[in-house]
Formats: sequence, structure tokens, C-alpha cells
Amino acid sequence: MSLFEARNITKQFGSLTALDKVSIFVPEQCIYGLLGPNGAGKTTLIRIINQITGPDSGELFLNGKKLMPEDVYTIGYLPEERGLYKKMKVGEQALYFAQLKGLTKTEAMRRLKYWFKKLDIVDWWGKKVEELSKGMQQKVQFITTVLHEPKLIIFDEPFTGFDPVNANIIKNEILFLRERGATIIFSTHNMGSVEELCDNITLIDKAKTILEGSVNEIRRKWAAHEYDLVFHGNVRVEENNLFKILSHQNENDKTEIRLKTKEEIASNDILKTVMNAGNLISFNPSLPSMNEIFIRVVESRH
Amino acid sequence: MNKISVIIKREYITRVRKKSFIIMTILAPLLMASMVILIPVLMLSGDKEFKKIAVIVNGSDQFKEGLKNIIPDTEDEKFEYLPGVDVNDLVKTFDAAGYYGVLYITPEVLNTPQLYSKKQPPIGLLEHISSSLQKEIEKQKLLGYNIQNLDSILMQIRTNVSVSTRLVDESGKLTETSTDVAMGLAYFGGFLMYMLVFLFGAQVMRGVIEEKTSRVVEVVVSSVKPVQLMMGKIIGIALVGLTQFMIWVFLTVGAVTIVKSTVLGKAAIPEITQNLPGDIMSENQPVTEASQSTEMSPELTEISKVFDNAMNQHWLLIFITFIFYFITGYLLYASVFAAIGSAVDNETETQQFMLPVTIPIIFALLVAMGTMRNPESSISFWFSIIPFTSPIVMMARIPFGVPFWQLAVSMVLMVVTFIAFVWMAAKVYRTGILMYGKKTSWKEMWKWLRYSG
Repeated sequence: MSLFEARNITKQFGSLTALDKVSIFVPEQCIYGLLGPNGAGKTTLIRIINQITGPDSGELFLNGKKLMPEDVYTIGYLPEERGLYKKMKVGEQALYFAQLKGLTKTEAMRRLKYWFKKLDIVDWWGKKVEELSKGMQQKVQFITTVLHEPKLIIFDEPFTGFDPVNANIIKNEILFLRERGATIIFSTHNMGSVEELCDNITLIDKAKTILEGSVNEIRRKWAAHEYDLVFHGNVRVEENNLFKILSHQNENDKTEIRLKTKEEIASNDILKTVMNAGNLISFNPSLPSMNEIFIRVVESRH
Repeated sequence: MNKISVIIKREYITRVRKKSFIIMTILAPLLMASMVILIPVLMLSGDKEFKKIAVIVNGSDQFKEGLKNIIPDTEDEKFEYLPGVDVNDLVKTFDAAGYYGVLYITPEVLNTPQLYSKKQPPIGLLEHISSSLQKEIEKQKLLGYNIQNLDSILMQIRTNVSVSTRLVDESGKLTETSTDVAMGLAYFGGFLMYMLVFLFGAQVMRGVIEEKTSRVVEVVVSSVKPVQLMMGKIIGIALVGLTQFMIWVFLTVGAVTIVKSTVLGKAAIPEITQNLPGDIMSENQPVTEASQSTEMSPELTEISKVFDNAMNQHWLLIFITFIFYFITGYLLYASVFAAIGSAVDNETETQQFMLPVTIPIIFALLVAMGTMRNPESSISFWFSIIPFTSPIVMMARIPFGVPFWQLAVSMVLMVVTFIAFVWMAAKVYRTGILMYGKKTSWKEMWKWLRYSG
């Protein structure tokens, strides 16, 4: 069952259509990627999920029930353009946002202590936000997003502004949150992190959904009948009527070959023709990166 | 509701804790007081440049003799009587000769003497010349009637009239009042209203812009409705304004009580006269030590009377109407300011929107100044009814007494208008705070008004 559903969401700003019958289905405990070029309508969709703006038509469901104003307490949101009150102290600010999310002061304090310790920013409690580095501010903001233990968390470009070490910390925290039962919607341009983290994605372009499904399935579908083979030693494989050789490399006592079949055929049939050539150590359908798919899909429409 | 209170609390506490708030709260009354004292002092002192003025009188010898030295020298002006000089020559050279100007008097234009100068002469100088001449001419004319003992008669008939006013209410009760006090209060009330509404309204705008440019707003509105954020901010800042106002009221009441009990208390007079500036001291010198402790000097009696008259004002009414107009006027303007703040990306962009908002306020202030002279004029009446100007103008009218129905109409209109504006501002605000990078126009804002949720 989907934890969150958006059905046929349409939103117009004057004559501009920001979303045109967009639907997403986010399974429970899934990391769901929301992709698309700039101006595609992602932010509008995220704002609608957060009930910052309402859709012109379409329906939203959380846990199978219609999305209600009180549901903001079970949703966490880290916007792309994030901000904190610059003149306010870090601790006070975190408390303020926690209270806006419905936590009592004592409960908020208890959880804040835990998170500040966990992300190693206890010393910054009494500092003003403007004294913090950007990465530090991001950490504070991350904490305010997840503090009320939301069931659904929306991260819009969560890794920008982080150095690789801190980005990794945040990545692990996201995985940890999923482990603990949270469902995550994750909007990004960083396709590497999509492959790494996302289970499912929806690709939006010009207000419409143009690609959706699980990451693995999509990559398999877009794999243009290409396979990577690795042989032990120096091996030579010849083209035949089943496939063409795209590349043939011999390095470090290994031979790497990429081939492309002429049509859809069972991998066993390919294996049969190459097995005799030498000692095969790996055979993989070559999956295109999400980056390639993104570019190909979007460019084909422009 | 709970969330609004969280927002109000934040807005209130962060502002009240600021150093600038504490400094303003203490400094503003001092500044006000010094302004009240300084402006008359500066106005009286005028420009201190010494002026030498040549006086040329034409006509018969008798006429010349009669007008000789009739304009007395003052501290800053010296009038030099130059017989036998041609005015046309001197007009060309007076500057080089060290004269500020040339005063030319002939029998033909006795009532309109001519003053030649390089610069526009100050009003004080002109008044001095005309009053001196006027007195002299009147005296000359009186002399023509051959009245005996003219000088002593003139001394005897010199009088000074000051009207003391008593208001009669329906029950026939008399209250001694003072138009001076009413004028002072009108000025003060109108100006304070203007300051508070504008100052704190602009603070709302700055707060909204700060939230928008720092992008805090996106996080906040994912937890609360934009309207809640807007109202929380407006109410929070209103409370800051009320707090400041209350502190000022307490300080004033405290100061007045202290002044009344010490300065105007009879026993304290000797100390005071010692502390008063020299010129008042010298006037008080004839009063002996003994009489000082038993009776007040004339100046202090006067001040004491003003104080008593001030006490007779309807303080409670003034206080209540002030609070009412501050709250409603502030809500009206603050919501407009909030809408403007939401529509722009930074403070410099607010200029184009500020003008239409500032104009009614400036008008109100101008009318309020006129109201002090003529509280019953129809322009004062209308401006105290129209919601955009009524808070300031009504405050200027209140000390002179306003019919109940006018106050009621003005207040009802005010409430209706502020509700309408808060509602419209909320709609503009809701769309505006999430719009970036686009220059907004009034037309655009009008469109936002009609967007659905």
C-alpha cells in the first residue's frame, strides 16, 4: 500500500500550467526520487504535498486517508532554498521550529539534545546562526526537519552545501530514518545519489510525468541490449549474428568486452556463444546511468 | 491558535530583547521632551547675525525730525539714520558700505516703507520695523487730537487680555480648560500615532522581507498557514508597540507626578528658583526670600494652572481612543505593509509601493496640524472619518471634544476597513512570500488577490 498518493494533481498560475495531471504513488518505507529539470514543477508539487499551496484539482492521500491540515505534524520538509533566522540563536531557533511542528517544549528539548549530540553540534547551541558555516546551518536545518519524527519526509536537494564527509553523514541519517520506518521523498539533480538511494522515481518535465517506476526497472528498460563481459586472461571474442562488439579491452590480465545484441534475446543464448572463448568471470547487462536516462528522456522532448 | 501564539511569542521576545528597543524606550521620551524645549528656544533665538540697517527719510524737515530714531535698535539690529543721502545712490553701494539693507521712508508711502536688501529679510526684522512705525504713526495721529496727558493715558489703557475657557457639559458642570493644553495634546497625540503606526508598520514589512529573503518562510509555512504567520507577526509587533507605549505612559505619569509634587509644591519653590535659568531668576529677584516660601512666583502659578487645566482633560477617553486607533490603524497599515513586504525581494524594491501608502499618512499629518487651529473645520471632520487618516486626525481632534456619533462612525468604519484590508493582505501575502525573482506590480498583486488557495 502506498503511504502517500497524489492523484491527477493540476495547478495553474494564471496562464502558466505548473502541474498537469501529475500522479505519484509512494510506497511505505521507500525512498522516492522526484526528478526533473529546473522549472518542471517539482517545487510546486512539493509545496502542494506540504499544503503550502493547494492544487486546482486532484487529490492527496496520506496513509490511505485524505490529506488534512493536521497532517503537517507527520510531514517533515527540508526545502531546497533553506533559511534560518540569522540573528536568532541556534538552540532557540530549533526549539521554535519544533514547537511549530506541535512538540512541547520539554519534549523538543529532549530530542534536540539527542540530535545535537548525534550530529556533533552541541557546542553551537548558544551561537547565533550567522556565526555558523553553511554546512553547520544545514545540519541544524536537517535536525529541525526530522525532529518531530515525521512519517513522510521531503528532502529537496539535501546534499547541496555539504562537504563529502558531511554529505555521507546525512546520507546515512536518511537511510537510518528509513530503517526506523520513515518514508522519504527526495528531490534532486544529483543522479548519482538517485542510483544510490532511491527505490522509485518520477521524472517530471514541463508539468507532466514522463517517466516513473522503480530505479532498477527503469534502468533495465533503458538498457539498450548491452552487456558487459569480463574474462580472465587475454581472450578474443568474435562478433556473430547475435551481437556486435562495441569495445574490447585487455588490461591487467583481464579482458573487458561490451557487446550489443541485435534484438531482445535471452542472456543464456549469448553466454552459450561466448563461454568457450575463455574463463568468464562476470556477465552483466550494462545498465545506463540515471544521468544518461535523464538527459535522453528530457532531450527527446525538447 | 496555539501555533499563532508560538509565533507571536517569538516576534515579541526577539524584538523586546534587542538593545535598540530598550534604548528607544528610554531615549524617545527624552528626545521628545528636548524637542518640546528646544524648538521654541531655537525659534526664539533666530539667526544671530548682526545687521546694520541704513534708514533714509525723505520729506519735509518736520517729517524727518518726527521720524528720527523711531525704530529702536535691538540686540542684533542697529538702525542708522542717514540724513542727506540719496536713496538711489545708497541702494547701489549699501552692501559694500557694510549695511544689511536700506529702509526708505517718505510721506507718500508712509504706510508701506521700502526695505532694500541683498537677501530676503527675516520676518522678525520686518515685524520690528512695522510695529515700531505703526506705534509712532498712531502716536502722531493721536497727537493731532490735542489730548492732555496723552502719555499717561496711553500707559493707563494698555491692557493684556487672556481668555480663560470653561467647558459646560450637559449636566451644567463647568470644567476649566486650556486651548493651549488641547493644542499641545492634539499635536502630541497625532504625532505619536503617526510615529507608532508608521514605525511599527514598517517593522512588519522589514520582518516579512527578512523571512522571505532568508527563505525561512518556506519552512515556516510548511508548519503553519501563511495567514497565521502574517497575523502572528503583526500581533507580535503590535504588542511590542503597546509595551513601548505603556512604558512611555508610565514614565510620563511618573514624571508629571514628580513635577507636580516637587516643582509646583509650595515648599519646594526656593530650590526651584535657584535651579531656573538666569533670566527667570532675575525676574524673580524682587520677590523676597520670605515670600518665596509662602507664595508662588507668577510664572510658576501660570505653569501650575496649565497643569491643573491639563488634568481636566478627558485622559481616560484620550487613552482609550488612542489605544483603539493605534490597534486598528496599525492593523490596517501593517497588513498593507506585510503585503508589500511579501511582494518584493528586497527593501529597495519597496519604494514604488511605499508612495501610495505614505501619501494618506502625510495628508493625515498635515490635516492634524490644521486641526489644532480649527478643530471644527469640515476637512478635519472628513479626514477624521475616513479610515486611512482617521487615527491621526481623530487623535488631534479628541482634546477639543468630538461628538459621540462622529467617534462611533469613525470607529466602525475603521474596524470594517481594517478587516477588509487584513483579508486582502493575507491573500496577497500567501502568494507573494513564495514568489521569487519576479518584479511585482500592483496589477500582479491584484491578480494574486483572486488566486485560489
